[in-house]
Amino acid sequence: MNGARIYDTVIIGGGPAGYTAALYAARSGLDTLVVEKMSVGGQMALTGDIDNYPGFDEGIDGFTLGMKMQSSAHRFGAETEYAEVVSVELDGETKRIVTASGEILAKTVIIATGADPRRLGFAGETELTGRGVHYCAHCDGRFYKGKTVAVVGGGNSAVSDALYLTRLAEKVILIHRRDTLKATKIYHDPLMRAENVEFMWNSTVEGVEIGENGRVSGIRVRHTDSKETETVAADALFVSIGREPNTGLFEDKLELYHGYIVADESTKTSARGVFAAGDVRTKALRQVITAAADGAVAATAAEEYLAGME
Amino acid sequence: MSVLQINKNNFESLKNESRTVLIDFYADWCGPCRMVSPIVDEIAAERSDLLVCKVNVDNEPELAAQFGVFSIPTLAVMKDGRVVEQVSGARPKAQILELVD
Repeated sequence: MNGARIYDTVIIGGGPAGYTAALYAARSGLDTLVVEKMSVGGQMALTGDIDNYPGFDEGIDGFTLGMKMQSSAHRFGAETEYAEVVSVELDGETKRIVTASGEILAKTVIIATGADPRRLGFAGETELTGRGVHYCAHCDGRFYKGKTVAVVGGGNSAVSDALYLTRLAEKVILIHRRDTLKATKIYHDPLMRAENVEFMWNSTVEGVEIGENGRVSGIRVRHTDSKETETVAADALFVSIGREPNTGLFEDKLELYHGYIVADESTKTSARGVFAAGDVRTKALRQVITAAADGAVAATAAEEYLAGME
Repeated sequence: MSVLQINKNNFESLKNESRTVLIDFYADWCGPCRMVSPIVDEIAAERSDLLVCKVNVDNEPELAAQFGVFSIPTLAVMKDGRVVEQVSGARPKAQILELVD
């Protein structure tokens, strides 16, 4: 490996945690690379407007904010490589990150791989994705103007999705496994006032019915009180049941807790020189701003670790 | 090659296209579409053996309906005037190239 470039820090993931880490690292003079599998922004690029990231008094869309975060980091010399990481070796002084196009070496690694929407797990879910099963109400909602749609979930994102859909669809059915919503007041109250929403409490989704056109025509709902199953006619099911951290690469390599990388506010993981920032880390509040905060902490921790190495 | 913007007037010409056609159905307001769009542009620039097109679903609802697009971004691949692949959702470049190759 003589002469091979060894980055001071390689950041896996180009969302708010990753690019804030890159900004802090590059601005401190570290040789910094972000490896992103697809495009900037991470989950925030998939939402509509972001109103709770301060400094944008009229809100900002997540994709644009992602682009701004990337250019903030590039301004100080951070680089981005678009490649999917296929495996990592995190032990030892030099870490290896293997992508589809080659191997990257680093003295420190900041993991900011975030999370993806959780799937319900019924048979046919993958095949029907985009044909009646959806995970992004803001992207796909308007294809169901005047139709009947269901949302499954009870948290902030489910209620926000349901509220958005009430403005487009003829009717919105909210299916939730509990008898009250977990969502906070700002989402909860407007939905309760909407006229075209119907609530199905204590209910879970078992699967969907497929119509003659190969698309979703109904939803099989199980009522947990009566243990009875009923089929509800609907043209689409929007799944909003939380997130799953992207930590498949790190199983057996780092300590995980329910899939999340175990790291406290210091962002230090169970491996030396490896830090976890953003939604992928065990933490209480997963927001753009807390992801960004983690990125700053992780880059500073990486810098301190590097100073100790010399 | 640049990207060809498709509307209902020039759509018919795709049916006689000898190259493999990659179509990106998108909307300007859709985050995942904006993630995929630069990747599609890159593919268009690199691969002269493909005809790369985009359809704005807001401007061309009939075309979107004709392809059964209910989710964006949707990527469709046409060979000899027939749709051979159609997937929805943003995906990395390597996976998009797998669709066309």
